[in-house]
Amino acid sequence: MTSRRQFLGLAAGALAAAKAHAQLDPNIAVKRRIALDSAIAKVTRGAKLREGKVKLEVPPLIDNGNAVPMTVTVESPMTAAEHVKVIHLLTEKNPQPYVLSAYLGPRAGKARLATRARIADSGRVIAIAELSDGTYWSQTVSVIVTLSACLEDGLI
Amino acid sequence: MRIASLLLLVAACAPVHAGDIPLAERRSGYEFMGRETRAMQDDEATSPALFWLLDGETLWKRPDGASPTACVSCHGDARDSMKGVATRYPRVVGGKLVNLEQRINACRVERQKAAPFAYESKELLALSAYVARQSRGLPIAIEADAANQRYLDAGRARFEARQGQLNLACAQCHDDNWGKSLAGTPIPQAHPTGYPLYRLEWQSMGSLERRLRNCMIGVRAEPYAYGAPEMVELELYLMWRARGMKLETPAVRP
Amino acid sequence: MARVAVTLPSSAKRGEVIEIRTLAQHAMENGFRHTQTGELIARDIITKFSCSYNGVEIFRAELHPAIAANPLITFTTVAAESGTLEFRWTGDNGYVASYSAQITVA
Repeated sequence: MTSRRQFLGLAAGALAAAKAHAQLDPNIAVKRRIALDSAIAKVTRGAKLREGKVKLEVPPLIDNGNAVPMTVTVESPMTAAEHVKVIHLLTEKNPQPYVLSAYLGPRAGKARLATRARIADSGRVIAIAELSDGTYWSQTVSVIVTLSACLEDGLI
Repeated sequence: MRIASLLLLVAACAPVHAGDIPLAERRSGYEFMGRETRAMQDDEATSPALFWLLDGETLWKRPDGASPTACVSCHGDARDSMKGVATRYPRVVGGKLVNLEQRINACRVERQKAAPFAYESKELLALSAYVARQSRGLPIAIEADAANQRYLDAGRARFEARQGQLNLACAQCHDDNWGKSLAGTPIPQAHPTGYPLYRLEWQSMGSLERRLRNCMIGVRAEPYAYGAPEMVELELYLMWRARGMKLETPAVRP
Repeated sequence: MARVAVTLPSSAKRGEVIEIRTLAQHAMENGFRHTQTGELIARDIITKFSCSYNGVEIFRAELHPAIAANPLITFTTVAAESGTLEFRWTGDNGYVASYSAQITVA
């Protein structure tokens, strides 16, 4: 933790610098939604995104956004003829929308994936599955991210 | 800002009176977490704390110091020799109150003739996690006795004393208002049942002392230094207050 | 030393779907954090993970900064034949980690 003396020194230095790094863009919500939408468009290559077949399990109330367990399951026989090719995870409120892209195939046996993600703020999490027939399916879950109490950063 | 004004409200309204929570009502921080966070702690194979345990196991066997000797040379298999040990710390050793980390360092200095590990270092966290893990599931076994009574009283006094710019005592949140929400987060009873633990906020393993420093920063108090007597007295009181509860090391907490 | 931990059964019945849980020790510095003086902390993450079964890739993932520290990836595969599963992680600043496990399929 910075001592008072160190902090005053840093503050003086920061004032001297012209940039305002810590300022958040006032249009950030809009920009992030646009980034998410374009990421989804890129992932689906413009194809229609349908709701269904995908089950995204993520806690609706998140204890801490630094490590959010999530599991994606997709209904699919996982045969050579009919299987899930890719599973994508994306979020709305992060500095960039991508979380993970997992490439499966018939050897997976089941279309099931689990990981732990970082979610910066309350908003939507989206799981998208690309099937072998070229269709795209998704499920969207809205989550609330809470902050832990009593942090180390004394400047909040 | 919102958290600060909420805390000021609590500070203004609630008088300080402490109460030992009866064993039947003692609840671990585990119960105040979401189901998925609990699963992170329960599945040891995928717990984020796993790597510290693996490192601890390596350090246990690694010769160090002047001779050099390893922990295993004197203590053998930790699964046998360290079973129950963590449930009895902090304790008075050679007339001085020490916590588990200090006891490990004392062993390094006196027996291995090696340099002590720095507080909160990767090595000390790994080794203390590994040692404490051998007591996982066992009840915390701190009892008041002639040797530790005055430290226990000092620790209790600190728990009940108002401190910091927000002028709050630990007891006001954790004895009087546990279970209620503070800015969207439930207030736990503050039992150190799983230390060292992986705190999601830190994205890393940390000790009870690190967490207590966070609490003190939370009420805008000058945090005690790592290893300070005031700190260890408070740890003793907290472990005594949690006596009978099962140790969960290494726990996962938000 | 790049540490990883992989959990999977050592034996399975032919055709059984087995679950593989993998963990890698990595801070996953996301590249969006700043120091107190306003300097950006450079990104340092694991970017790719792959698993091959007797030399054939059966699973692959691209990781982004939004993956939590000490990344967990759990996936499944069909126990097709006895042999070796090879796991490989690569990332920024030349990070490489690997692990190998044997499976007996009856």
